[in-house]
Amino acid sequence: MAHLLLRHRDIPAIGKMEVYRKNGGFEAFKKAVTKMKPQEVTDAVKASGLRGRGGAGFPTGVKWGFIPKDIWPHYVVANADESEPGTFKDREIMEGNPFQFLEGVAIAAYAVGANAAYIYLRGEFWPVAAILDGKIADMEKAGFLGDKLFGTDFSLRIYTHLGAGAYICGEETALLESIEGKRGQPRIRPPFPAVYGLYGKPTVVNNVETLTNVPLIVEKGSDWYRSLGTADSAGVKIFSLSGRLNHPGNYELPFGTTFRELIYNYGGGLIDGRPIKAIMAAGASSAMIVADDKTLDTPMDYASVRMLGADLGSASVIVIDDTINLEWVINKTIHFFKHESCGKCTPCREGTYWMLHLIERIEHGEATIENVELLHMVAMQMQNKCLCPLGEFSTMAVTTAIERFPADFKPSRAGGKHG
Amino acid sequence: MLAEKYPEEVKKVFAKYPPEQKRSAVMPLLYLAQRTEGFVTKAALEDISQLLDITSTEVAEIVGFYTLYHDKKAGKYRMQVCTDLPCALRGADKFLEELCGNLGVKVGETTPDGMVTVEAVMCLAGCDKAPMFQIQSPEGIVYHENMTVDKTMELVAALRKSGIEVK
Repeated sequence: MAHLLLRHRDIPAIGKMEVYRKNGGFEAFKKAVTKMKPQEVTDAVKASGLRGRGGAGFPTGVKWGFIPKDIWPHYVVANADESEPGTFKDREIMEGNPFQFLEGVAIAAYAVGANAAYIYLRGEFWPVAAILDGKIADMEKAGFLGDKLFGTDFSLRIYTHLGAGAYICGEETALLESIEGKRGQPRIRPPFPAVYGLYGKPTVVNNVETLTNVPLIVEKGSDWYRSLGTADSAGVKIFSLSGRLNHPGNYELPFGTTFRELIYNYGGGLIDGRPIKAIMAAGASSAMIVADDKTLDTPMDYASVRMLGADLGSASVIVIDDTINLEWVINKTIHFFKHESCGKCTPCREGTYWMLHLIERIEHGEATIENVELLHMVAMQMQNKCLCPLGEFSTMAVTTAIERFPADFKPSRAGGKHG
Repeated sequence: MLAEKYPEEVKKVFAKYPPEQKRSAVMPLLYLAQRTEGFVTKAALEDISQLLDITSTEVAEIVGFYTLYHDKKAGKYRMQVCTDLPCALRGADKFLEELCGNLGVKVGETTPDGMVTVEAVMCLAGCDKAPMFQIQSPEGIVYHENMTVDKTMELVAALRKSGIEVK
């Protein structure tokens, strides 16, 4: 099947305005603005079953429907902060197929009545922001951005905003704080951004990949979109595959593709043909999945992965082979979350600190079995107590690695073999 | 003074945000401020605080919170190697260790000619192309992916040749 999101893989010059237009580009935006009411666009996205691709999997059309009609102005914010270890899909979309993403931003803005949209890119995506700025200028020249678009009363401008290195800014309320020129720390919710978002106004925050699906839905219809993927998870998904594989990379596949197909057919199997040991399906935030035959034959959709005691999240599949010890793996993830904890809420700030101390003790071979139990207990105590998902995420790999791979945490081997 | 030094860019930055929300300009202005010295000077903090009608502490806390802003001078090029889990599964730790050995520095240190500071950083969204790093310089950020130590040493040689010594 031709790519629907990573279209540059089939049409390498799709990032050029004339090529994008020759291939149907901006027809969906024009159709939405000239032939559909905003509510009809939202209804179409609702009916398509599109769910947020940033990790949470919340139904996109439902999110748009939360925007109140009595508070103005409205904003659309595209979340291009892509910082989850193991995730690198949005970057490829924006570099390769930028107009489809921007068209999705524009349609979303029309649907919720926003005249300004911001794209929040992580600071490291400096060159990507330069690409998008160029494409936004192209759209203005071609009459797809600006005042009174297509002869209607709808006006829209899109702006890029560069972050500066903070994983927490992928959390939507932290992201909004960051655009407002403050430290990127999450807000207490409710109120949710749909009511109290950017500058205190109703705001839709959507992930890059989510928005890139929107022109397809408007152009080809909800039924067509629903026919892709599974009943629970409609459409296609970009799976970012990394770790101990021969061919890591992004693979755009229908939801419901099995782990086995992804890892062995597309990813080319494991390096040196080693046996697979564990899978993290949602990047560093993932629970550790035992990679047995049952797991490998599990279809990758939101509901099925949950049956394995994990989440699909942003579908950032990290593959771990039998040469790797999981104590080393969670040492890596704890370091990450300790560094990225924003410090606002106590369970996350203190919890990641103590998890780091404990895992380092284990890593240095100074641990007793009680230290492993204590590490597990600290992680358990953090769960359901943090202000935002970052704190919860930091514990996922820790608790499940200890529970599902106890042999990797025996004191006798602590401090031994590292990846 | 940023408004005098980069008038066009400062104007463009302010045009992005509603006039009553000019505090939003703090991040782009800090990037501008770093363009000269590679870090944010005390004078720049004051300058930006006056442009935005916020305190210099409120500007400083942004510098402190985000990793791509710096309050101290380092090498002209900050070589920021990702050593997070996906990259480490593909040899990033070993790459960093060998690179440091070749450059004769420890992680966090700067080469004696003041050109390159080697840093270990968190995920850069280049997991499938590890070992990889970004180079942050006053002009911006550039990714280097699928790297080897040899290729990196060639790059350093090229930077030394073309770049202006800052020490």
